[in-house]
Amino acid sequence: MSDTTTQQGTRADVCAAAIADAFKDDGEIFASPMGLLPMLGVRLAKLTSNPDLVISDGESLFLAGVPPLFAKGDVVEGWIPFRKVFDVVAYGKRHVMMGATQVDRHGNQNISAIGDFAQPKRQLLGSRGAPGNTVNNRTSYWVPRHSPRVFVEQVDIVSGVGPHRAKAAGAAAMRFNDIHRIVSNLGVFDVNGPDDTVRLVSVHPGVTVEEVVEQTGFDLAIGPDLPTTREPSTEELILIREMLDPKGLRFKEVPDA
Amino acid sequence: MSRKPRDKRMTIEEVVGTLESGMTIGIGGWGPRRKPMALVRALYNSDLTDLTIVSWGGADVGLLARARKIRRLVYAFVSLDSIPLEPNFQRARQGKTIPEVVELDEGMFQTGLRAAAQRLPFLPMRAGLGSDVLVNNPWIKTVTSPYDDGQELVAVPALELDVALVHLNRADEHGNASYLGPDPYFDDLFAMAAKKTYLSVEQVIDTAGLTVDSPVQRLLLSRMMVDGVVETPNGAHFTTCTPDYERDEGFQKAYAAAAGGSDEDWQSFHDRFLAGDEASYQQAVRAFHEEQA
Repeated sequence: MSDTTTQQGTRADVCAAAIADAFKDDGEIFASPMGLLPMLGVRLAKLTSNPDLVISDGESLFLAGVPPLFAKGDVVEGWIPFRKVFDVVAYGKRHVMMGATQVDRHGNQNISAIGDFAQPKRQLLGSRGAPGNTVNNRTSYWVPRHSPRVFVEQVDIVSGVGPHRAKAAGAAAMRFNDIHRIVSNLGVFDVNGPDDTVRLVSVHPGVTVEEVVEQTGFDLAIGPDLPTTREPSTEELILIREMLDPKGLRFKEVPDA
Repeated sequence: MSRKPRDKRMTIEEVVGTLESGMTIGIGGWGPRRKPMALVRALYNSDLTDLTIVSWGGADVGLLARARKIRRLVYAFVSLDSIPLEPNFQRARQGKTIPEVVELDEGMFQTGLRAAAQRLPFLPMRAGLGSDVLVNNPWIKTVTSPYDDGQELVAVPALELDVALVHLNRADEHGNASYLGPDPYFDDLFAMAAKKTYLSVEQVIDTAGLTVDSPVQRLLLSRMMVDGVVETPNGAHFTTCTPDYERDEGFQKAYAAAAGGSDEDWQSFHDRFLAGDEASYQQAVRAFHEEQA
């Protein structure tokens, strides 16, 4: 068990709090985290900054409580089979945080394939719901290993649509396009740089701007007086360590450096 | 004696016997969940070729790709969930052994089935706009709203199926069928998008039994949507069929290791599990678990 007397969060804890912050102003919407750290961050937000969030078990149930990661048997408050997920996507009251094998300067995301689509060097999942998510509801991305291979000038295949492409595709595409945050193991980003480009919003404690720039494969917009990502509060650290992830599953995604 | 609706019970072999090369076949379930795997295994072992497969894909797509059954694949993803990337699908894509691929957004896929189920040429939606789905499928067009807003939307083309294959928990001999797990997925939509629907189930029971201990809302398919019923216990293996059984993670690992391994690895997996009929598959799976225990 980690020592809870210290105020210092591990990098994984900092990431969880940064993800939680991405959902704090969402109000009463369906928070859809894809992957472990996003699930942890969303549950942390529901226990702290935004108790109105609607969360699911990742299968087909809306959960009334906030169980630990991968725990079963909580109180159920609704039914959300895949067909209803698509309804909510179009309805818009949803914020999804997806993974990204590549994300580019304009905030486009790729989870489809690496290389040429006709014969990829590496076939990935397929575009899943990314095209629909990004033109219908708020979308964020989580990148556990920030590198120039992930943050590329231009993605090989556009699964998730960034604001620049959405605007080019017309009014219907840009109307609900809302790429909110990209959280990586190094920092927090948005797409409010010049010409709708990815912008560094904060660097995590212990990370330098130079390090982020070096690990990013495109010219990164950087705000003036760049802040450090906030440390998780003592309450948050206790919630993460004692309640949501006592087994430390988060360290599989973001090792404790 | 009162007259009853038709008895539609068939064997796996009889179902495959109705199929023809070149057909468009929709496969129900979702990824590694409640897939009609007994029917898929029979397709894998059949002489059929040049199929168009329409599936939110898992090992169904992987197996048929490995056997070079697929001329055209319509999908939004192919995944085993606990093993995110399907090795047989990856191999097929990277070796370009599927001549034509149509990658859609997940929601577009549903909308395409819905259009077919409603006998419409297309339905409009936002999904796809701005993405490479429209770049890689230039035949998918947009449509302009005829109303004052004038928005340009994707005209998702109908995904018309010759045949749908789906697997549910229970059915009667007429084709009324219920799912007992957490999610109906889209099996009713597949059935309505298809000219013919063949249903495999864990158990065929009498009609009254379908609602004895489960609410009527669990009845997903009406017999008017169904052309054949096959009883295939453990027929969704190794995908989930909650609550009858969950995914067989140990077997899935063995499948993925063979699929991602050498040609010899796959050949020995094929010889051990897939070369025979469904009964010998189930027997080999039991032996596999006895060995693991």
